[in-house]
Amino acid sequence: MARNNGRGRAAYTFNIETIGFSRGEKLPDVVLKPPPLFPVTDYKPVPLKTREREDYMLALKQELRETMKRMPSFIETPEGKLDIERYSKRYMKVYKEEWIPDWRRLPREMKPRKKCKKDPKSKKAKDTVKGTSLANTADMLKKTEELEKRGDGEKSGEENEEKEGSKEKSEEGDDDGDDDAAEQEEYDDGKQEEENDCINSYFEDGDDFGAGSDDNMDKATY
Amino acid sequence: MTQAEIKLCSLLLQEHFGEIVEKIGVHLIRTGSQPLRVIAHDTGTSLDQVKKALCVLIQHNLVIYQVHKRGVVEYEAQCSRVLRMLRYPRYIYTTKTLYSDTGELIVEELLLNGKMTMSAVVKKVADRLTETMEDGKTMDYAEVSNTFVRLADTHFVQRCPLVPATENSDPGPPPPAPTLVINEKDMYLVPKLNLIGKGKRRRSSDEDAAGEPKAKRPKHTTDNKEPIPDDGIYWQVNLDRFHQHFRDQAIVSAVANRMDQTSSEIVRTMLRMSEITTPSSAPFTQPLSSNEIFRSLPVGYNISKQVLDQYLTLLADDPLEFVGKSGDSGGGMYVINLHKALTSLATATLESVVQERFGSRCARIFRLVLQKKHLEQKQVEDFAMIPAKEAKDMLYKMLSENFVSLQEIPKTPDHAPSRTFYLYTVNVLSAARMLLHRCYKSIANLIERRQFETKENKRLLEKSQRVEAIIASMQATGAEEAQLQEIEEMITAPERQQLETLKRNVNKLDASEIQVDETIFLLESYIESTMKKQ
Repeated sequence: MARNNGRGRAAYTFNIETIGFSRGEKLPDVVLKPPPLFPVTDYKPVPLKTREREDYMLALKQELRETMKRMPSFIETPEGKLDIERYSKRYMKVYKEEWIPDWRRLPREMKPRKKCKKDPKSKKAKDTVKGTSLANTADMLKKTEELEKRGDGEKSGEENEEKEGSKEKSEEGDDDGDDDAAEQEEYDDGKQEEENDCINSYFEDGDDFGAGSDDNMDKATY
Repeated sequence: MTQAEIKLCSLLLQEHFGEIVEKIGVHLIRTGSQPLRVIAHDTGTSLDQVKKALCVLIQHNLVIYQVHKRGVVEYEAQCSRVLRMLRYPRYIYTTKTLYSDTGELIVEELLLNGKMTMSAVVKKVADRLTETMEDGKTMDYAEVSNTFVRLADTHFVQRCPLVPATENSDPGPPPPAPTLVINEKDMYLVPKLNLIGKGKRRRSSDEDAAGEPKAKRPKHTTDNKEPIPDDGIYWQVNLDRFHQHFRDQAIVSAVANRMDQTSSEIVRTMLRMSEITTPSSAPFTQPLSSNEIFRSLPVGYNISKQVLDQYLTLLADDPLEFVGKSGDSGGGMYVINLHKALTSLATATLESVVQERFGSRCARIFRLVLQKKHLEQKQVEDFAMIPAKEAKDMLYKMLSENFVSLQEIPKTPDHAPSRTFYLYTVNVLSAARMLLHRCYKSIANLIERRQFETKENKRLLEKSQRVEAIIASMQATGAEEAQLQEIEEMITAPERQQLETLKRNVNKLDASEIQVDETIFLLESYIESTMKKQ
């Protein structure tokens, strides 16, 4: 019940002394803005410990940081195409070790899907290629010509690329079993196709790899 | 997770795994458990990139997966595990002190790779050690294996949960994700491997089988051809065991600071005896009799039984209550009060922070309120013997920073301010939480500043790296002193100065991160121990 409707001076309901200041005393100004971003500290911080233990851990930390950047776990963001492709970039690329996770420990959906090509013609090409023995290159070239006649220039060019690619790779890893070879090819296919969503960096390209297949593509468009 | 923790996790993931993994990881930390497609949709990244990132995160034990009903697999991030990445240097250094270089490299490889099989670890470590040895000497696999076995026996490394062996009679389709199981007894069981071999030194002549440098590296290394004997048995670092070790170290050094070397040795012995018998989260260790302690003292220490008893009595009577007496049989049964010890350490940290931030008079008031639990304003002024105005000022400063809180005790049911006691008190748990949150923010700031400094001087750093590479290659091919001088002068004196300053700053920031992490460890241990107790 407000008996004194603003008449008379305000009376506090408690002993103001307990708060710590007396009546009528000048109070600090009301703060109208947030505290400064870098407030002034009255007491400077204590200096850091610099014993042997700390120095060693410091060196370890910096080394670890550098090492982690070179591990296969460090996935780099794909950079956009620069205006000028610098010559030195080719030699400054860090070559990372390949890392294949243990698929048995991961959920099945983690594994890159095998059927990644949307083109039915190329699927047929894959099937036919799977059937042939890898060492029989003449056979493959024949099949390539057949497919050339079937498809349009670009598509067969891509298939050519893959043949070239699988041929090259098969030369390098030709003592793998059939299963490995099949999987190898599928991964190779993924590597060259940029349109689909196959993982194409679990395995490394050779440096001359792109150059070789480019030539063939030119030939295929006659 | 608080915003500060999420920010820190984001910075750590970005530094160690790159931006894509960071994006996925932070999204998972923010939103909790989610299936694959939802992650891809919400973050706007392509499916295969999400898969790659998740593989990396799972490999490093930062993300776990669970199969839910209807076959949906959901992924959940472990924020606290991400924050452990700050402590990697400490783990590696501790192993170095306990098991020398071999152990250090084993733990380092395991931390860098997340999980590895024993044979892979042994091979890599042997190769690395051989690199550092003199020409002609190689590291034997057997020695590395022995160190690995010792690490497993003392529980510093443990087996990862295994894929259960599926019988062929399984009728239905395989589950969408394997359920990993681990038997308690098998966690530290080392497989019987016959690892014979020596480390290989990586010479420049046989760098690649094809002879061409790096261009056409063979796709499958020779390792894949041989069947790996311990295939499927992966090992990881047991972080809890390391934390237990750090906690023991902290307690022992606290006792050494407060009393003397001998009492700290006694406490260390007691802790060592209870390593295996007591779980790490217990509030106190199993009771140990004075006779047992006497028998287990380190060999060099020849103090008599009576002196030991006197020390134990002293320790038990100490107001800090690190050691408590729980009985009289066997010459006196003593326990170490782990929870109380952690509380004392956390409180000491708080006191030290108050002192460094507000001054020693504030620290006196803080310690007073801690000791007396609840004090009125008037009583604070009287006990601390500090003038009223200053005492009021300091109390309010601490109150505004949440080190001290107010407790209202009403005399009447209507809580009228004139008839209520207002008591100042320190709630150690909430103050510790507040300080921990601040620590996370500090480290995030330190990392950001370090990245900023490095980015500012990127051009200069690259230039100096190039010059170093040129000098190194010229020295290898044999160059004259004059030529080397010329190359070195490519970096001008002011630039050299700038590089020096940059290096000094980066070192300081890095060292600060490591030392703030030590505080974080203490506070986290205290909070965890308190929560488990309740």
